[in-house]
Amino acid sequence: MTAIPMEHGLALAGVLFVLGLAGVLARRNIVFILMSIEIMLNAAGLAFVVAGARWAAADGQVMFFFILATAAAEVAVGLALVLQLYHRFHTVDADAASKMRG
Amino acid sequence: MSYIFYISAAVAVVATLLVVTRTHAVHALLYLVVSLLAVAMVFASLGAPLAAALEVIVYAGAIIVLFVFVVMMLNLGRHSVERERGWLAPSAWAGPTILCLILLGELFYVVACGGGAEVIEAAEVGPKEVGQALFGPYVLGVELAGMLLLAGLVGAYHLGRREALGEGEGEAPQ
Amino acid sequence: MFKPLLLVPLLPLAGFLLLVLGGRRWPRALVAVIGVGAVGLAALVASLVAGALFYMPAGMPREFTQTLWTWMNVGGFAPQMTLHLDALSCAMMLVVAWVGFLILLYSAEFMADDDGYGRFFAYMDLFVASMLVLVLAGDLLLLYLGWEGVGLCSYLLIGFWYRDPANGRAARKAFIVTRVGDAAFAVGLALLFTQLGTSAIPQIAERASTQWASGSTLATAAAALLLAGAVGKSAQLPLQVWLPDAMAGPTPTSALIHAATMVTAGVYLIARMNVLFALAPAVQLAVAIIGAATLLMASFAALVQTDIKRVLAYSTISQIGYMFLALGVGAWSAAIFHFMTHAFFKSLLFLGAGVVIMALHHEHDMRKMGGLRKELPGTFWAFLIGAASLAALPLVTAGFYSKDLVLARAWVAPTGGLWLWLAGLAGAVLTAVYTFRMVFLVFFGPVKEKPSRRPGVAIGIPLAVLATLSIVGGFIELPASLGGRPVFSDFLASALPVAAAEGIPAEGWLQAVAGLACIVGIWLAYVCFLRSPALADRMAASAVGSALRRFWFGGWGFDWAYEQFFIRPYLWIARVNKGDFIDAFYAGVAWAGRLGHTLLSQTQTGNVRWYAMGLAIGAVVFIALAVLL
Repeated sequence: MTAIPMEHGLALAGVLFVLGLAGVLARRNIVFILMSIEIMLNAAGLAFVVAGARWAAADGQVMFFFILATAAAEVAVGLALVLQLYHRFHTVDADAASKMRG
Repeated sequence: MSYIFYISAAVAVVATLLVVTRTHAVHALLYLVVSLLAVAMVFASLGAPLAAALEVIVYAGAIIVLFVFVVMMLNLGRHSVERERGWLAPSAWAGPTILCLILLGELFYVVACGGGAEVIEAAEVGPKEVGQALFGPYVLGVELAGMLLLAGLVGAYHLGRREALGEGEGEAPQ
Repeated sequence: MFKPLLLVPLLPLAGFLLLVLGGRRWPRALVAVIGVGAVGLAALVASLVAGALFYMPAGMPREFTQTLWTWMNVGGFAPQMTLHLDALSCAMMLVVAWVGFLILLYSAEFMADDDGYGRFFAYMDLFVASMLVLVLAGDLLLLYLGWEGVGLCSYLLIGFWYRDPANGRAARKAFIVTRVGDAAFAVGLALLFTQLGTSAIPQIAERASTQWASGSTLATAAAALLLAGAVGKSAQLPLQVWLPDAMAGPTPTSALIHAATMVTAGVYLIARMNVLFALAPAVQLAVAIIGAATLLMASFAALVQTDIKRVLAYSTISQIGYMFLALGVGAWSAAIFHFMTHAFFKSLLFLGAGVVIMALHHEHDMRKMGGLRKELPGTFWAFLIGAASLAALPLVTAGFYSKDLVLARAWVAPTGGLWLWLAGLAGAVLTAVYTFRMVFLVFFGPVKEKPSRRPGVAIGIPLAVLATLSIVGGFIELPASLGGRPVFSDFLASALPVAAAEGIPAEGWLQAVAGLACIVGIWLAYVCFLRSPALADRMAASAVGSALRRFWFGGWGFDWAYEQFFIRPYLWIARVNKGDFIDAFYAGVAWAGRLGHTLLSQTQTGNVRWYAMGLAIGAVVFIALAVLL
C-alpha cells in the first residue's frame, strides 16, 4: 500500500476527539455523555496506534491495549453510577445532581 | 490500501457525527458501533491487526453491550425522544461547536507543524510482537491493568446494587 | 557629721517597704510605730544634720554634697545620685520631716477606724521619702524623680478610698493636670542638659550664668518650661483646678501633701533654680504676675465655698500665690519664710478641720456646723491660732511676719511694684474675711449638731505643737522696725541671693497698713457672718451677688472652660478616630476577601456540564498558549 502520511492519521484522531468533546459539552443525558467520553477515549487510542504504526513498533498497540482496559473499567463503574443516579433522582438529566453548589 | 484508510476514516467521522446528534438512544448506540467498526478498519489498514481485533471484541462487543443493557434498564427508548429533542435546541450546540472548532484548529496547526515527512510504512505489527512487548517490557503495566479491572469490577458491583447506598437492609457494613 | 544625710530619705523609704510587705497582716500598733517612727527618726537625723550645718566654722561654704553613684551613663548624659545640703534644702528638709512627723502622729489616731491603715502609712512614708529626695537632690534628674514620686503618692492618696469612683476621678484629674506641668518640666530639663551639658544643679547655675546672657531666648525658654512645671505642681493659674477636688483624700493627706509640702515643690524648684530665673527677667515677672493673679482669684473663690476643706484648699492656692509673688520680685528667702510659716498654720488648720469633720460624722458642709467652741475647746483654740496666723494678725502670729515681708518686698519691686503690692494687700483683706468666716460659721453661733467623738492624745499633741509654731515661728525673722534680727534670711543667704539690699523705705508704714488690712478683714467677717448673718444672705441673694457667688464657687469657670475647650474636643476626636482609616484598611482586607468569595462561589454551580465546559475552555486556552509561545 502507498504510504499514508501520519498527519492524516493524527488529524482523523483529532476530528473524532473533537466530535466526542462536542457531544460531552452539548448533551444533557448522562448516558449520551458517557458515550461521547467513549468516543474521545477511542480517538486517543487511535492516535497511539497511528504513532506506533509510523515507527512499526508494538508500543502503540500496547498503549491502545491499556487505554482499552481503562475504558472498560471506567464504563463499568460509570454505568453503575448512572443507575444509582437514576434510582435516586428518577431522571437521567445531568443537571439534576447539582446539590454541591455555592 | 490507502483508500481503505480514507474510506474508513470518512465513515468513522460521519458515524460519530451522527452519534452525538441522535435523540434516540439505541440509534446513537448503533451508529457508535458503526463508528467503532470503521476505526477497526482503520487499524487494519495501518498494519495493526491485533488492535483491530481488540477494538471489535472489547469495545464494540463488550462496552457497547453494557451501554445497551443500561439503556434497556433505564428505558431510554422511544419515550425519551421528545425530551432529548427539547434538550438539543440549537442554542445548546452553539458554545460547544465554537469551542470544538477552535480546538480542532489548534490540533491541526500542531499536527501540521511537524512537516510532511512522516509516513506510515506498510509494515505490519503482528500479535506476536505485541504479545512479546506486553509480557516483556510492559508486564508491570499489564498487571496494573488487571488490578484496575478488578477495582472496576468490585466498584461496579457495589455501586450497582438495587437498594440505594446507605439504606442497606439490616446493618450491612459499608 | 554629715554622713547620716543619706538616712534622711532612706528611713521613710524603709518604712514604706516594710509596710508594703506586712502592712495588712501586722497589728495596728506595729504599723503605726513603723509608719510614724520612720519619719520621726528621719526628722531626728535631719535635725542633727541641720545642726551640723548651722554650726559650721565661718570660713567654709555652708553646704555639703554627697554623691552616691552614677545613675546612668548614656551618650554623655551622666546624672549622678547626689544629695546636696545647703541652707535652702536644710530649711525645706526640716519642715518636711517635722511637719510630716506631726501629721503622721495625728493620723495614727485619726485613721484608726479605716481598713486601709497599713496602706495609708505606706503611701505616706513613700511620700515623705520622695519629698525628701526632691528637696535634697543635687541633680535635676534626681529632683525630677522625687517630683514624680510625690505626684504618684498624691494620686494614690487622693484616691485612697478607691471604692467611690468620684475619688478616682479626682485623683486622675490631679495626676493629669500636674502631668501637663511635668511634661514641660521634662522638656526644660532636656533643654538644660543639651545646651549646658550637665544636669547637676550647681553646674547648671554656673554654666548658665557664664554662657547665657540675661534675657537670652534659651534662658527664657528653659525658665518658662520650669515655671510651667512649678505652676502645675503648685496649683497656680492656669493649672490650679486639681487642688480643690483633691480634698477627696483623707484629711491628713490634705494637710501634708496638699498644704504643707508637695504643693510647695514648685516654690522650691524656682528658688533652687534662682540663677536661671535671674537670667530671664521676663519669666520672673511672669512668676510674680501669676502669683498675684492666683492669690486674688483663689481668695474670691474661698469666700463662697461651703465645704470646709475646699475653703482651705483655695486658701492654700492663694498663699502659694504669695510665695510666687515673692519669688517673682526676687525676694527668695521671703518666699521660703512664708512657706515655712504656711506649712505650720495650714497643716494646723487642716488637722483641726479633720477633728471637726470626724466629730460630726464626716460632715464637710460648714452650714451644718456651729457652736463647736464649747464642745471642742482644744480644737477651737488651735484652729483659732491657725486662722489668726493665716489672716496675719499683727505682731503675735508667724503669718504676720512672713506675709508682711512678702508685701514689703513687693512694694519695692522694680517692675509694677505698686500693683503687686495692692494685689497682695487686697488678698490679705480677703484672706482675713474668708478665714474668719470659716471660724465663725464652725465654732460660733448655735450648735447645729453635737460632736460624737472627742480627739485623744495622738491628735492633741500635733495640734499643740503646730499651734505653738504658728505663733513663735515668725520671731526668727524680725523686720528692721521691730528689732531687726533677720536670723532666717541670714541663714538662707548662704544659699539664696540676698534681695535688693537697700532697706525698704517706708517699712513701718507698710507694716501698719498690712496689720490694718487684717483687722479690717476680721471686722468685716464679724459683721457679715456673726453679728448679722442676714446681711450676708441678702448680698448673696441679690442678682449680682448670686451671679458672682456662682462664678466664684465654680472656681472662676476654669473647670467649665477646660471641659469645653480641651476635654470635649479630645473625646470627640477619640470617638471619631475609633473608626480610623487604619482600621478601615484591615476591614477592607476582610471585605475584599468576602467579595472574592462571593464572586468565586458563583462558579460552583454543582452542574457537571458546567465543569466539563470549564475543562474544555481551559484546555483550549492552554494549548493555544503552548502553540503560540
